[in-house]
Amino acid sequence: MRNKYERPARLREQGEGGQGGASRLTTSAMIASLAAPGQRTKPAPFGRALAALAETRPEIVGLTADLGKYTDLHVFAEAHPDRFYQMGMSEQLLMCAAAGMAREGFMPFATTYAVFAARRAYDFICLAIAEEKLNVKIVCALPGLTTGYGPSHQATEDIAIFRGMPDLAIVDPCDALDVEQAVPAIAAHDGPVYMRLLRGNVPLVLDEYDYSFELGRAKLIRDGADALVVSSGFMTMRALEAAKLLEADRVGLAVLHCPTIKPLDEATILGEARRRGRLVVVAENHTVVGGLGEAVAGVLMRSGVSVPFRQVALPDAFLDAGALPTLHTRYGISAEAMAASIKTWL
Amino acid sequence: MKPPVERANAPSLAERAYRIRRHALRMGEVQGQGYIAQALGIADVLAVAYFHALRYRPHDPEWEGRDRFLLSIGHYAIALYAALIEAEILPADELETYGADDSRLPMSGMATYTPGMEISGGSLGQGLAIAVGHALALKRKKSDAFVYCLFSDGECGEGAVWEGASGAAHWKLDNLIGIIDYNDQQADGPSSQVTGLNGLADRFTAFGWHAQRIDGNDLGAVVAAFDTARALAEPKPRVIICDTKMAKGVPFLEQRERNHFLRVEPQEWQEALRVLAAGRVS
Repeated sequence: MRNKYERPARLREQGEGGQGGASRLTTSAMIASLAAPGQRTKPAPFGRALAALAETRPEIVGLTADLGKYTDLHVFAEAHPDRFYQMGMSEQLLMCAAAGMAREGFMPFATTYAVFAARRAYDFICLAIAEEKLNVKIVCALPGLTTGYGPSHQATEDIAIFRGMPDLAIVDPCDALDVEQAVPAIAAHDGPVYMRLLRGNVPLVLDEYDYSFELGRAKLIRDGADALVVSSGFMTMRALEAAKLLEADRVGLAVLHCPTIKPLDEATILGEARRRGRLVVVAENHTVVGGLGEAVAGVLMRSGVSVPFRQVALPDAFLDAGALPTLHTRYGISAEAMAASIKTWL
Repeated sequence: MKPPVERANAPSLAERAYRIRRHALRMGEVQGQGYIAQALGIADVLAVAYFHALRYRPHDPEWEGRDRFLLSIGHYAIALYAALIEAEILPADELETYGADDSRLPMSGMATYTPGMEISGGSLGQGLAIAVGHALALKRKKSDAFVYCLFSDGECGEGAVWEGASGAAHWKLDNLIGIIDYNDQQADGPSSQVTGLNGLADRFTAFGWHAQRIDGNDLGAVVAAFDTARALAEPKPRVIICDTKMAKGVPFLEQRERNHFLRVEPQEWQEALRVLAAGRVS
């Protein structure tokens, strides 16, 4: 239990009144990059892909609730200023206005943070948008644990919230390539979509593999004999890093990237899970409750596939504030923590 | 200002309002229940909307050039169905199916069920914000159509109404006309007491709207208010706050207290229709 009346341990050791000699504290950041030092990245893949797509799709409009800069929608706004609508700090209006514009034949891309869409605007997305299957694309930054600001900004349960909404497709891309390919794909889908957004300088990973994004399809990124990781979002990147770490221990890790959470590619998941002798691990940047892990578990159980099953996911808890690398290690979603977990499960 | 839709030899607005009330009472009789007091109260406003102000084509309810009429208060569906029947957007015999299984006329209005029903209301507080999206889109399309949104006094307790009010003013949506049914009744009692609605018109004015407050059961006043709202040159959204009397036109129902969900005994429906006819003005 956290005690706010107790000074941090590292300061206590130095006594009252000073921190002489203490190493610099790691700090939290609103928008921390997921890229490791030296990792290849691409800037603003969502904003750039949307601006490019809008050149040939005049029905596309962009709306935000005071988070244009923080969702990369400013790139679209600069390219198409007359098609950008600033709705202010009003997520309920954002979703309803998007619904109204979709009803008039436009294709709104509405951006905010995942916490605000999932928690604050749920009723508006559900009834104003999804119930009529309106063509609104909801694209939200800070999914799962991608900020150190604590529970007010950490959307650790957004997928659990949205999976219950009929007719809403849910997309959780891995990297810059996935994001930029997902934009035209979700635009081509006739109906509402919720996409988790990685913004800023986004790691570029999947271009090293024979991969392309297809809505509703899971893709095997690499094969392995000992364990199958089914993953979404940046946890696919972590799974690929964990696979390299585990090679040293002669553990073969297969990675099935599943960027569409709903509708789930059940056939591909079942096909891979039925291959004998492998542990199935579902890895996601989301609470263990109600996300990809439980979705995959449900598919396996309903299909009579009985396999050893584990989850690499965030705990069912309000998470700490702090620096992202610290938190990812603390909650077991760093590559090293994931590799260590898988070794103990095998 | 666009020309009104009235036709030569058309029934008077008073006759339209009478018929809307009559259709609503007949639907109420079918179900034995319903938000009949609201329907009777708002009938004059709907008569002016559908037979004086709105542009529409009865047999092409999704005609691109139509004025949009958004019903935010889904439980007022019985009132809007009555108006849509009178406007010949819905066939009159369909009122017998009101609220029945597989009917196109569910108890709470939904866009996916009923021709002429623009949105799915019912989750109160959404309509005005959706209207903002329609109004923005119509401006993008360079359409001169208006967006009307009917919402209620009690609904103004929802924060989303004020997000919509703020956004509409920011975007100078002079093609948006809000209509508030101020009947001073919500689920738990008089709206002015539940949490209070002090200075409702002033609130909209302060948000940057043009606001009018009128007697919503005075046809002349309603016509004048709609004309003012449509003709206004100022680049701002408009709201007409309509004070209405619950169950208007059927005195023995008007006098019932706590009539948000009015209880009407089986034998009273015919009596209500008789009393309504007796007060008919054409």
